[in-house]
Amino acid sequence: MSISSEALLKDQEGGGPDSEAAGMPPELIIKDLRVASKGVEILHGVSLTVRGGEVHAIMGPNGTGKSTLAAAIMGHPHYTVTGGSVLLDGQDLLAMKVDERARRGLFLAMQYPSEIPGVRNADFLRAAVNARRPADQPIGVLAFHRQMEQAMQRLEMDPRFAERYVNDGFSGGEKKRNEALQLSLLRPRVAILDEIDSGLDVDALRDVATTIQEQRRPDLAIIVITHYQRILQYIPVDFVHVMMDGRIVLSGGPELVGQVEARGYEWVRQAVALEPDKAQSGVADAVAADALAPGGRQDAAAANPHAQQAEADRPKEAGR
Amino acid sequence: MASPLSELGLDQGYRYGFRDPEKPVVRTRPGLSREIVEEISAVKGEPAWMRDFRLHALEIFLKKPMPTWGADLSGLDFSRITYYIKPSERQGKTWDEVPENIKLTFERLGIPQAERKFLAGVSAQYESEVVYHHMQEELAREGVIFCDMDTAVREYPDLVRPYFGTVVPPGDNKFAALNSAVWSGGSFLYVPRGVKATTPLQAYFRINAQNMGQFERTLIIAEEDSSAHYIEGCTAPLYSTDSLHAAVVEIIVKRGGHIRYTTIQNWAPNIYNLVTKRSLVYEDGLMEWVDGNIGSKVTMKYPAIYLMGQGARGTVLSIAVAGRGQHQDAGAKVIHAAPHTYSRIVSKSISHHGGRTTYRGLAHFSPGAVGSKSNIKCDTLIFDPESRSDTVPRSEVLEKQVVMEHEATVSKVNEEQLFYLMSRGIPEEEAVRMIVMGFIEPFTRELPMEYAVEMNRLMKFEMEGGPGHVDERRPTRLRC
Repeated sequence: MSISSEALLKDQEGGGPDSEAAGMPPELIIKDLRVASKGVEILHGVSLTVRGGEVHAIMGPNGTGKSTLAAAIMGHPHYTVTGGSVLLDGQDLLAMKVDERARRGLFLAMQYPSEIPGVRNADFLRAAVNARRPADQPIGVLAFHRQMEQAMQRLEMDPRFAERYVNDGFSGGEKKRNEALQLSLLRPRVAILDEIDSGLDVDALRDVATTIQEQRRPDLAIIVITHYQRILQYIPVDFVHVMMDGRIVLSGGPELVGQVEARGYEWVRQAVALEPDKAQSGVADAVAADALAPGGRQDAAAANPHAQQAEADRPKEAGR
Repeated sequence: MASPLSELGLDQGYRYGFRDPEKPVVRTRPGLSREIVEEISAVKGEPAWMRDFRLHALEIFLKKPMPTWGADLSGLDFSRITYYIKPSERQGKTWDEVPENIKLTFERLGIPQAERKFLAGVSAQYESEVVYHHMQEELAREGVIFCDMDTAVREYPDLVRPYFGTVVPPGDNKFAALNSAVWSGGSFLYVPRGVKATTPLQAYFRINAQNMGQFERTLIIAEEDSSAHYIEGCTAPLYSTDSLHAAVVEIIVKRGGHIRYTTIQNWAPNIYNLVTKRSLVYEDGLMEWVDGNIGSKVTMKYPAIYLMGQGARGTVLSIAVAGRGQHQDAGAKVIHAAPHTYSRIVSKSISHHGGRTTYRGLAHFSPGAVGSKSNIKCDTLIFDPESRSDTVPRSEVLEKQVVMEHEATVSKVNEEQLFYLMSRGIPEEEAVRMIVMGFIEPFTRELPMEYAVEMNRLMKFEMEGGPGHVDERRPTRLRC
């Protein structure tokens, strides 16, 4: 295979999405999303809006639907959307195939990234970068390798990981670094990071968090899904949402992280269930009064007042 | 590169499916008889021993029943096949000496270019005869003999006769008998003691005529401490009726010798490909079969390794890809007949568009094969519910102090892997191809670079729908 020097030298820039909304900050609007798996509803109406420049944290105990939310937005085949909508920059994400969602600018760092034996990491990454470019303008080989190596250096990844098979035999931490590497190479508009902190030791957590911090920019919206608040010490967040039982039950500012950490999810559950008014005014921006309502069959507005509230508070928050 | 298929309007999915007008100098009439066999022998001007060998084999062939344990061979009609076609008067030593139409064919197949780039020797067989042959002078000076089998019988009887038909005797199976009776062409490779041929030697087999049977016969002898890498490739045009390829390959690896035999068989989807490949490996020798089966209608092929001396080793690394109307019945046989012998079998098969693959294998440990070890791994990828895959492993363990490991996996294209790749923006078709190429990577990485590139291209083409593809590909249940 011969490669012309022209091909090698062109395209110094990375493979950002060919966004028709170039210049416009991204906006992801999740509205009353209901998701089922194997006939069982897991998400009972989740509403959330995230915009470019913002970092949202979604916290909550295990098994409350955080990862389901992430996977459903990305289009995982195991999940069926039974109601609601997801718009990215005004476009109906749910009508798109998975790869199209990605090319529109959606990125999901997965909790359990797949291993793909036999496929070199560098080849995979280059295919992903090229998928975002016109077919006749693939990124130059040298330009790509320079970008990849720089990004790997920032993550303190051994260069050999480029030659290894995708996630094959990687430790948990190495897989998460590889997800962070993709985040920085693919330059998405909306990034959902699903438990990117799980399985990381302190050094790896710092490297991954630093990369995420570096990615912060006006044309990227970030959703950090986490069980613990650990990673949030490294990544300042603008909004915090607590998910329980398939709903966002509590939304607020960064101070919510400390409160949840200090008093536990059980406190949230009780606060939300038993003293909704107090919780709403005293604890945070909003509380879901319906969190434990039997059946959860309220209409969209009633089901998710917290998200609506967060929405209302946005101009003030975003201005910080 | 413009496809020769589209140029010729034969765009049926198999890119080597173009055909040339037939202009043979000798062509036996269809069917098989004593007279035909004698005619072939006479045309070749063979010694009496070879003619007798052929006639004896013919008797065996006629007596032996069709095998019924493997693939369906009921479509095979021996009476319609032409057993011998001589396409030109003489063999070329340069491509300029090869008749223009035949040269054009090989140019389309990329053979002369490949020779210039990375091969130490090339042999090109068209129908029954080798039409071009060339080897680097360096190797010739070291005593390496690489020529077509017919020439070898005439010019090196002392090297040929003691070995010919000893590794695969005519009585071995019906198709070995058939080959022994009507064989023509094939390669003879002799590597003298201590000589290491570092660049590969290649033979290319092309069937052009309709209802043609190609019966090449290859014999490779690696003397002590020698080594060589032999590569063969095969194609044929598309015809509406079936053709037959029944080759025999015999390999002898002496003490400390090493032979690697790489095959990429990309026959048109109407070829019956029934091949017997076997090697004998003596003390500390190493035999490696790298065996790719992509085309054909039916393939039955089980490269075998007989580990005859202490410390002998053998590996069979194979892939089989079966699309619509294809059955790849392939596998490997290892016979541990001496102490401390080692074998490793890695089989990768892919069934798609209703294709069928069968892994059929044998691991045998003779009494006294103490300390021997065999490791067998069969992985299968099935694309759709219409496709099928079977694994038929057999083991015969007649010695207690041995280790045998067998591992088999059958999987669909992994949904999670597909989701992962697509979530990075990679379109489904490309994602599937990446997963498939990753699946067969243990095979591809053993190929010379030029072959690996071709293999990638071939697989891309194959997975787009395979031979005669017309339908929409639905490789998975992934709904996005």
